[in-house]
Amino acid sequence: MSPFVPDFDFQRVFIAPWARDLASFGWIALMGFFVTAACGLVGNFLVLRRMALVGDAISHSVLPGMAVAFILSQSRGTLPMFLGALVAGIVATVLIELIHKKSRVKQDAAIGIAFTSLFALGVILINLYAGKGGVDLDQECVLYGEIAFVPLEPMVVFAGQTLGPIPVVRMALVALVTALLIVLFYKELLVSSFDPALAVSLGISATVVHYALMGWLSVVVVSAFESVGAILVIAMLILPAATATFLSRRLPVMLGLTILHAALSAVLGVHLAVWLDCSSAGAMVVAGTALFCAAWVFNPTDGLLYRWFRERLKAPAVHPG
Amino acid sequence: MPSPENKVATDNPGSDISLEIHDLTVAYHKKPVLWGIDLVVPRGKLVGIVGPNGAGKSTLIKAAMGLLPISSGWVKVFGEPVKKNLTRIGYVPQRESVDWDFPVSVMDVVLMGRYGHLGLLRRPSKQDRDIARECLDKVKMLPYANRQISNLSGGQQQRVFLARALAQESDLYFMDEPFAGVDAATEAAIVELLHELKSRGKTLMVVHHDLPTARRYFDSLLLLNMRVVAFGPTDQVFTHDLLQSTYGGRLTILSEVAEAVRAKE
Ligand SMILES: Nc1ncnc2c1ncn2[C@@H]1O[C@H](COP(=O)(O)OP(=O)(O)O)[C@@H](O)[C@H]1O
Ligand SMILES: [Mg+2]
Repeated sequence: MSPFVPDFDFQRVFIAPWARDLASFGWIALMGFFVTAACGLVGNFLVLRRMALVGDAISHSVLPGMAVAFILSQSRGTLPMFLGALVAGIVATVLIELIHKKSRVKQDAAIGIAFTSLFALGVILINLYAGKGGVDLDQECVLYGEIAFVPLEPMVVFAGQTLGPIPVVRMALVALVTALLIVLFYKELLVSSFDPALAVSLGISATVVHYALMGWLSVVVVSAFESVGAILVIAMLILPAATATFLSRRLPVMLGLTILHAALSAVLGVHLAVWLDCSSAGAMVVAGTALFCAAWVFNPTDGLLYRWFRERLKAPAVHPG
Repeated sequence: MPSPENKVATDNPGSDISLEIHDLTVAYHKKPVLWGIDLVVPRGKLVGIVGPNGAGKSTLIKAAMGLLPISSGWVKVFGEPVKKNLTRIGYVPQRESVDWDFPVSVMDVVLMGRYGHLGLLRRPSKQDRDIARECLDKVKMLPYANRQISNLSGGQQQRVFLARALAQESDLYFMDEPFAGVDAATEAAIVELLHELKSRGKTLMVVHHDLPTARRYFDSLLLLNMRVVAFGPTDQVFTHDLLQSTYGGRLTILSEVAEAVRAKE
């Protein structure tokens, strides 16, 4: 085998993590699952609304929000970070709308302008304050995240029970609330995504739904940030929904498949990371992409493989009628 | 220019008026596309809105429904601002305005028509489903209820939109080119449905782009080109002069106008 790829040892890759390193391995896998599930659920609506790029934009715009929240509160507490991200997400959304509604710049260009400038602002803010206020917003971490540190974080103890490391518990809550919000506001999300004009004529403000979605997206993104970073989070927003698109044409089923995709890519991802000794978050995205490709090729309704076979079978034209 | 529109208005002083538009101006990017629109539509009318491409037909119905910001003027529906009477308005948007690859079934789409009658956090009930099923049956689409919407023909898609509008159980309907790109059977079915709704006292504002059929399908016509050129009973409004001033100097259309008027005589 090439010197770049470690030997595949089944025992080491698939058994040892569960048998020996469960404490850390399990938390990483669980964190990966919650991140991908929360992102994937929101991502379904981004994909349906053809707003995948906006997800990209928000994930970058959250940076200055976090930086400002840090400077103002002098802490990396959850609440300031969430509020900072929420405000930044809304600002980015408003900015995108403003640029493309009030000028001749088209929406894709408006997105490009809004998120790069906000991201740059974030980088500068962190540079400026990194040395002085002792900001430990590490740029490396902001871009790529560090899910491997999750098990080292302090544990949440609730009613005498140790629940888990703070980021995992927080992410679990965010994923749960995401699912809950989708269930509660399903019809508003559905109609405003499918036919915004009808939604407004029914008294459901498409604008309010849009901003609420963007706001919640920011919250999801910021809570996913420290484990997967600003770049990989985009994959987690889009991949599960894109994979589900191949497997079902019913939204509720697609949402369920998103969660399955999240679970599979988290577990496969950590095993891949153990095997190749690489970043777990990166490996999860690679695993998610592999699932996406598998769904593309193998899905039974219009998969590449199925279509290939159908063409082959049709070619001799022996079917009666 | 003689405009029969005032005549209609004064014929029904203060009577059952479903739609009243006063001095409405609508602009996109500060460029007005509708100017000083005045319109009073009594209840129970089947109104065809005709005019050339870009005349502002879609803009007019969107503005009337409160979907667009208006620069000046006001709109009243059953004597009240639109926002107060949303559940009494039904909408059939242009078919291309939505993504037909969206992962929903025919039933899901028709149920959306019920959303206006449900509160926040409420889901469609058994009764809403029954209503949706009835409406699908009315447009002969019940066997397709569980189909994914991307597997429908153009005519079937339009029937689904109509069923959804029926499910809204409104009193005033706005329909944007419901006849565009549908098969002959669907066209006939839609005409029948429009007349049935009218006979039940509903008011229908229907954007239509085909002049010869406009004359047959509608009892009133609104000739529109940025302004109201004329509004009134079809036989009074469907004249060479009025159609010409609606369609301006567009040659191909003018010959169509001439033909349509000849067909009338
Ligand atoms: N969203 C929009 N932004 C800018 N201009 C628009 C928009 N929608 C329509 N217009 C313009 O407004 C005019 C009227 O459009 P529309 O109401 O769609 O006409 P119609 O339905 O009669 O064909 C056209 O000149 C069109 O180019
Ligand atoms: Mg139009």
